[in-house]
Formats: sequence, structure tokens, C-alpha cells
Amino acid sequence: MLEIKGLRAEVDGKEILQGLSLSMKAGEVHAIMGPNGSGKSTLSYVLSGRDGYDVTGGSMTFQGKDITALDPEERAAMGMFLGFQYPLEIPGVPTMTFLRTALNAQRKARGDEEMDAPTFLRLAREKAKLLNVSNEMLKRPLNVGFSGGEKKRNEILQMALLEPTLAILDETDSGLDIDALKVVAEGVNALRSPERSMLVITHYQRLLDYIVPDHVHVLANGRIIKSGDKSLAHELEKNGYDQFLTDAA
Amino acid sequence: MAATEETIEDVSALEKYKYGFVTDVESELAPKGLNEDIIRFISAKKDEPEWMLEWRLEAYRRWLEMTEPKWAMVNYPEIDFQDLYYYAAPKSDDDRPETLDDVDPELLVTYEKLGIPLREQELLAGVKNVAVDAVFDSVSVVTTFKEKLAEAGVIFCPISEALQTHPELVKKYLGTVVPVTDNFYATLNSAVFSDGSFVYIPPGVRCPMELSTYFRINEAKTGQFERTLIIADKGSYVSYLEGCTAPMRDENQLHAAVVELVALEDAEIKYSTVQNWFPGDENGKGGIYNFVTKRGDCREANAKISWTQVETGSAVTWKYPSCILRGDNTSGEFYSIAITNNYQQADTGTKMIHLGRNTKSRIISKGISAGKAQSTYRGLVNVHPKAANARNYTQCDSLLIGDTCGAHTVPYIESRNAGAQIEHEATTSKLSDEQLFYCRQRGIGEEEAVALLVNGFCKDVLQELPMEFAVEAQKLVAISLEGSVG
Repeated sequence: MLEIKGLRAEVDGKEILQGLSLSMKAGEVHAIMGPNGSGKSTLSYVLSGRDGYDVTGGSMTFQGKDITALDPEERAAMGMFLGFQYPLEIPGVPTMTFLRTALNAQRKARGDEEMDAPTFLRLAREKAKLLNVSNEMLKRPLNVGFSGGEKKRNEILQMALLEPTLAILDETDSGLDIDALKVVAEGVNALRSPERSMLVITHYQRLLDYIVPDHVHVLANGRIIKSGDKSLAHELEKNGYDQFLTDAA
Repeated sequence: MAATEETIEDVSALEKYKYGFVTDVESELAPKGLNEDIIRFISAKKDEPEWMLEWRLEAYRRWLEMTEPKWAMVNYPEIDFQDLYYYAAPKSDDDRPETLDDVDPELLVTYEKLGIPLREQELLAGVKNVAVDAVFDSVSVVTTFKEKLAEAGVIFCPISEALQTHPELVKKYLGTVVPVTDNFYATLNSAVFSDGSFVYIPPGVRCPMELSTYFRINEAKTGQFERTLIIADKGSYVSYLEGCTAPMRDENQLHAAVVELVALEDAEIKYSTVQNWFPGDENGKGGIYNFVTKRGDCREANAKISWTQVETGSAVTWKYPSCILRGDNTSGEFYSIAITNNYQQADTGTKMIHLGRNTKSRIISKGISAGKAQSTYRGLVNVHPKAANARNYTQCDSLLIGDTCGAHTVPYIESRNAGAQIEHEATTSKLSDEQLFYCRQRGIGEEEAVALLVNGFCKDVLQELPMEFAVEAQKLVAISLEGSVG
């Protein structure tokens, strides 16, 4: 599904990822944990192809295809989804319009028929209901004036509609209280399937109580320095990152 | 020069055609240049009443004493007014393309993107033997329109026709909103105007349709000095749409139109414009100079005038649709989207002149600049000492795409009544890379993402457009900004 080998990437001439390797199979949920500044968000941006995040070495293949030179929208059409830590506000564009534009852009890129408005409306409402997203919210401009929890639920709604094969969730738990976290986690869990992999990036172990990963990796200084199962997350919670950082040094 | 030679020349000059050039009234083109003879020629061509000719000549004489305004934030080479044609008959059928295959393919691509039906494309491109009536297959929509309008007593015709059929109405209102001597270009227009529309809505009549579809397909022949006069009599209502989302080419570089609106007691006029004249190529070559004077007069109590404009074309735009709020309780609105890309320049805005009591005005302006374009909002809110309880709200937003364009906001507020409430909000922002990436990550391609974001930015104005045009205008926004990123 996703194969990253010795990936090096820089931002503004500064190398952030320094030979990162990671392998994910279909249906697996991997968690990436790491201290601030370890390169977690950079990894999500490099994977999704954001401008200004330049790959300088190594390789990344998604579904058997080298994606290094692909535009963000091409990667999205291949089934890659990034849940943003800070979802952007798009004034004047109703959430519904945005969602339909995105879905149809992807369908078109894949050579599928565009979905007509009534069918889409039904689908969106159905998915929205599961995530506690009101119809009223769907009419509002995307994320404008949404609370932190609403924004994150909206991210998961987008994921539910776009049905990606790889979902990268960047600090989805940040800014959520425990109730909102539960709703979001339930939404994510409902989307777990043998065809869908998830890369859950988080600072805290808390999220992983709700979204239980198959594998946990520790990211430090732009590299994965330790991998294990979910118990690794608990160990980190208890002892902090320092022990690994000293080990790696 | 010997006296004899001089005499010979004088005599031969006398023998020249009275319009000063060797051609007759049947000619389809007046020679270049402007003088009184040319104006007489234009007026004769249209078989105008004597007073109209005098009006034109008076304008011309005043124009000679005027100088071109230089205060706008636009740069263009000096215009040689003697090097222009001031009269050309509409193209004859012989010059028109046989089929769409003979039309510039680039134009067709744009029609396609705008979703204009094939038959209508043919009409817009001026394909031979495509009559207005034929565009809408079996039923002649146009004929139906005409009948419906006549039934309601609405007069809607070319101004040249109105001068024949309703000279008293034209004479009563022409030049009463934009005086002959208003400004350099309006005065020039008064002298040489080619044609335009005339609309009169009788008292108490709500015009039974948007005067748009009809107009759009009849518009091709209005020429470079368009003159429009709309009168809404007491208690009447009309919505009028001028222009077209389809790109308009013209060999005449200078366009100087005048539009006058008169709203009497309790009347309402809604005037929408979509302007997509050729903006020049991506290197700034060619393109129309658009120097327009548009003004509405809420002449009596409770009248309302609303301007909505989507300006995407022209190399240089100089345009300030304004409202004179003369009657008590009158209101004026101005909603504007001005998009400039490549080397386009736009200096546009409005003037709201509060004269009556309890007058209200609202200004929403959205300026978008991309490429190397410069866009200026210039607006005046003026409150007269007698205009008690005047209120104005202005919101002026500019969006920059890339880092080689410019946006400027120049508001003028002149209030001579201490009770006036005037609010002005202005923002300038850059199209954010983050927003763009967010859209692209969701699978929306870069150009579509820009279009989506910009349409969101313009939403407050787009929703003021008549429904049928709002969708096309959204597509137009997208097309105007193609190639502005990446």
C-alpha cells in the first residue's frame, strides 16, 4: 500500500526528514508518535505533495506507484486523504459545494461519472448524520465559524465521502475535548476496513485508546527510531520520549 | 500661393460633399477623425430630429474645450482622437463567417467552457444566416417577448428607434442624469453616440421579464459609443442586464459608453452588467479601453437603484456607476466584482450622492488582481447638508493572486451633515497557499481550486445577479483567472 524508503525532505533548505522508512499494508492502522519538531506534520505534507516540501532523497511509492512527482490532486485521486491538524476556512463556499466539487473532481480524475446533485445530497446527509454534522452546518461556508470539534468532524465527514485507501490523520485529537474526541474516533473506526489503511499522527497516547493501532512508530529527528505494537504507545506515555532520543543519539 | 490657385482650391472645396468628405450618406463608414461634419453625418444617417443634431454639436463644441482626465490609476498610450472612426455600419452578411468552423477556435473554446448552447454560439460569433428568431428552435422567444412587453406598455428598443417613435420621452430625459458636459468621455459620447437601448416602464408596471435574454442576443451591433437611457416611471420596476459572459471582440479599441437611469417615485431599477471585452493578450498587447459613465438618479421619493457589475474584460477600465439619491427615502446599491489578470488595469467604484432625507446607500466591492494587473477601488460617499439621517455602508475587499499584481483602495467620504452614519470596511488579502493546498489535497485541481476560492470571495456580489447569469458569471470568474497560478 505505502512504501517509504530512506525518505529525505527539506523545507526552506532545512532537512526535516532524514532517511525515514515506513511500510504499510492494506487495512493496517499505524500510529506515528513523536515530540514537537520531530517532523510529524512534515511527513504528512511530504506524503500529500504540498509545495515547498521538497524530496531530496529516498523514495515513496503508493499502491506500487512512485508518487514523488505527482501533484496533490493526483495523489488524492489515487485515494490519499489528509485530515488536517488545522482545517482551513474557505469563506463563501458552502460546505456542501466544496464536498461535491472535491468528490466529483476525484471521480473525474479516475474516469468515473460525476455524481449528480440529488444523489450526492442524499449521500452527504446520510454520512453527516453518523458524524453529528447537521444539515445547517453543511450549508455554512466551509469551516467558517466552526468550533474546533466541528472542524474535525467535518474532516472525518470528508474522509467518509471521499473513501480514501490511505487516510493520514494529522493530530486529529488536538483541540478536542473528550466527548468530541469520542465522536471523531467513532467516525474513524467506522471507516476502518481491510482495503483502507490509516496513518494516525499524534502527540498523545490518548487518541490511541479510541483508535487502536496495529503498529506504533516513534519519530524523532526525521527518522523512525523505534517501532512496536500498541503497547509502545503506553510505554511512551509512561516514560516520555527522552529514553528513545538518548538511545538513538 | 498665387491668388488664382487659391481661388481654384476654394471653389473645389465648395464642390466637395457637404459632410466634408467624398462619400455619400449611403456610405457604410465615415472617414477617420472627428469634426462637425462627421457629427452631421452620423445624425443624418440615423435620420435624427434637428434638436438631436444640435445637442450633439453642442456636446462636440464643449468637448473641444475639455482635456482627458488623468487622475485614474491607469496607464495607457495617448489616444489620438483624430485617428479613430466614429461611424461604421454594422457588418454586412458577406463579412460574416459561414459556419462556426470559420470562427477563431480560441473563442469557441471559451464558449464551450461557459456552457453556451451551440445555436447561441453561432449567433454570438455572428455566423451568417443565423437570425435571432432561429436560436430558440420552433418557438420564437423574441416575438413572444415583444408581445409581452407591448402588452405591459413597456417601451424597449434601440435609442435610435426611440428618437423616431418617442422623441418627446428621449428629449425629456436624455442628458438629465449625465449632463452633456459631465466629463471628457461622456461629452464625447454625447457628440458621437452610435446606438444603445431605450427603456421606458409606465407607471405602476412591473416589467414582466428580465430585460436580459432578449438583450443579450440583440446586443452585437451597439458599437463603441453606446448610449442607454432607462426610465422607470412612478411605482414601476425593471431589471436589466447588459453585456454577456461570452468574450466580445471588437476592432475599435476605445469604448466610451453612457448609461442614464431615472427612477421616479416608488420606482426601482436593477441594472446588472457583465463586461467581458477583449482584455489584451497575456503580454498586454491589444485590448479594449473602456471609459464608461453610468449614473442613476433616484429622482423622487422612495426610488431605488441597484447596480451590479462583473468586470472581467478590457485592458483598461474606468467606470463608476453612481447613484444620486435626490428623493427622500431613496436608496442606492453598488455591488461589484472586478477581476484583472495579466496586464489589465481597472479603476472602478461608485459615487453615492445623498441629497434627500433618510437616504441609504450600500457598496460592496470585490477586487481581484492576478498576474501583473492593477486594480483600484475608487468610491465617493457624499452627504449633502440637507440629507438628514443619511446612511452608508461600504465594504471593500481586495484579493491578490501572486506577488506581481496590485490592489488599491481610494475611498472619499464627504459628509456635511453631522447626523450621517457612514461605515467603511476594507480588507486586502492574498489568495492563501494553505487554502489552495487544502483544496488540492481533496482532489480539486489548481485552477478549479482558484476558481472555487475566488467565487467564494465574490459570493456576496454574485448572489445579486439575476439567477440565469449567476452560474455563467461563476464560470467566467474561473476562465478570467486561468493561468494566474502555478
